[in-house]
Formats: sequence, structure tokens, C-alpha cells
Amino acid sequence: MKAIVIGCGRVGSSIAKQLLQEGWDVTAVDEREDALTRLGEDWPGTFVLGHGMDVDVLRAAGIDDADAVVVSTDGDNTNLVVGQVVQKRFGVECVVVRVLDPARAKFYNERGLTTISPTSTAIEALTDTVRACAVGLRQEVTT
Amino acid sequence: MYVLIAGGGKVGSNVARLLLRAGHEVTVIEQRGDRFTRLEEEFEHAVQRGDATELHVLERAGIKRPPDLVLAATGDDEDNLIICQLAKEKYGVPKVIARVNDPRNQAHFDLLGISPTVCATSNILALVEHEVPEHDLIHLLELRRENLEIVEVQIADNSPVAGKRVETLRLPDGARLISVMRGGESEIAVGSTELKPGDQVLAILQPGKEDELRRVLLKG
Repeated sequence: MKAIVIGCGRVGSSIAKQLLQEGWDVTAVDEREDALTRLGEDWPGTFVLGHGMDVDVLRAAGIDDADAVVVSTDGDNTNLVVGQVVQKRFGVECVVVRVLDPARAKFYNERGLTTISPTSTAIEALTDTVRACAVGLRQEVTT
Repeated sequence: MYVLIAGGGKVGSNVARLLLRAGHEVTVIEQRGDRFTRLEEEFEHAVQRGDATELHVLERAGIKRPPDLVLAATGDDEDNLIICQLAKEKYGVPKVIARVNDPRNQAHFDLLGISPTVCATSNILALVEHEVPEHDLIHLLELRRENLEIVEVQIADNSPVAGKRVETLRLPDGARLISVMRGGESEIAVGSTELKPGDQVLAILQPGKEDELRRVLLKG
């Protein structure tokens, strides 16, 4: 199975390494060469230098026979556009897009683009943790 | 008319000024603090500060009314695309116009159905090609919605079609000659029009047919 990870910051590089470990054939794409340092000196996967909006870069990364694409640059709008291009122009079925803004993530999710909002996830996790604390405190009071 | 303009740089602010002068209602959204302060001095309440790709910023600027037109004129193509998609598809804005900064991104706007678009670089390049023709086939106009383009070809002395009538040409499917300009005068190309060396011929064709047309008119 072939995966392309577009945008290799903290999140993207970790996803790339994880997928590679699980046996995927991974190509990482980033416009900065120093993204390679995040992937590790011994990165055995492919690395393509360039911007995800550039169709030539996508082709060089092997978009035509990719099974999955993760779009995780630090720009929400870049991710949303690249995700749609990958889905609509290149027909990749499994496209996952990182979108920090929960409102935009929700809108595009409803339109058939799979978006993940780390902000929403963080809000939920933090709120749940506080709720759990509150339960603990209440129990302390009653006992 | 109520027009919402995203991006208060040179393009956005100049368009805003002209529309306001013409009596239209305008709101400009600008993200950068220094620009916003300058714009506020001139446009007062008609400018708001914020990221025009954020729903709450667009809503504060009145996108729910909705405006008659949204102009996405920021210096960032991804932002312009998202602003237009949100305007059209989430808020039902009837008309959008997008600025394209990098001509290579034009295909993305087309793919996602954002039209019309304006790209200064492409327009300038078309003018340069027209003034200083390096190519034998000059792009004059792209009719994006119709998926057609209009090109100009000069018939050379050794052209295989020199001396031939239009009706005898084996033009590719999806291409037609429009007019022939000779000696400063232009006439509509009909079947009996005879082509001569030096003629400037306008043709309308589907994109991608340029090479076939070039072969017929220029190389034989």
C-alpha cells in the first residue's frame, strides 16, 4: 500500500514514520528541506521537495498510484485545497486532511472531505479531563 | 449592490474605493494590522479586521445577508479559493470573483468550480505575447466557462494554406476560423475566404487543439 504525506512538520513526520513502520510504502512531501531532519537521518522512505499545490510535485510523489494521502501542512486552507485536488483530480479515495479550525473542518467534512481537527480533539480531551477531576473532587467531598 | 471584499491590499482597496464612489455598499476584510489601520482611516466602518477564511469573521462582515458579490482578492490563492467556496456553497452568495496570484493555480480554481477568476500575470503575459510574438500562435482570450479559446495565427509565406479557401481546409474538430485581417481590414472568415501570406487569422477552438490547428495552418 502506498501513502503520501504532504506537509512534514511535527504531525506529518510522525504519521509518515508510523505508517512506514506498519509496512506502508511512504512518500513524504515538504517545501522545506529541513523537514528531512524531522523524518530522521535514516529515513528509508521517499522524500519529495516541493509544495502540495504544485501538480508536478504531486506527480513526482506518485499521486497517480497512491492508496492514501495525508495532508498536514501548517496551513488550513492549503490543506483543504490540496485535499480536494487530490480527491477530485487524481481520484484518491482515502484522503485525510488536517484542519485546525473546527468550523471549516466541519463544513468540509459535510461536503465529503475527511477532515480531522486537532483543535476539536484537544478541546474534547481537555474538557473530559476536567470533568473527570470534578467527579474525583466531588467523591472526596462526600467521603 | 452589497459587495464583500476579502483582502485590503492594492487590488481590494482600489476596487473598494471605486465601488463606494459609485454608491455601492462595501465591506473590506483585512487581516494585517498595519494595513487595517490605514484602511480604517479612509473607509471607516466599511473595513473590518480579521481572517476572511474564518466563518465568524465572514459572518461579522455580513456574509449571511448574503452580499450580491464576494471578491476574494487576497495575495494567497488557497485563501481566495476557500473564501469563494464558503461564500457560494455555505452562504449562498450568488456571485464570486477570485483573484489568482500564481497562474499555476488556475487549474485548481477551475477544478473546484470557482469562476470567474482574474490573474494579472496571465493577462500581462498574453499582452506580451501579443506585442512581441515569440510563438506562431497567440492566445488572445480564454472563455473559461465555455471551455473555448480564441487565438491569432499569422499565415506565413510558406504556409501550406496560403492561396487556399477556408472551405477546403482540414481543420481539426472543435476549431473554426473567425476572421481574417489583411491590410488593416478585417472580414469574417467564410467558406470562400481565400487565405494569403501575411493574413492574421483569428480562430476559436477547444483548449488542447492548438497543435492540430498549428499543423494545418502553419506546418502542413
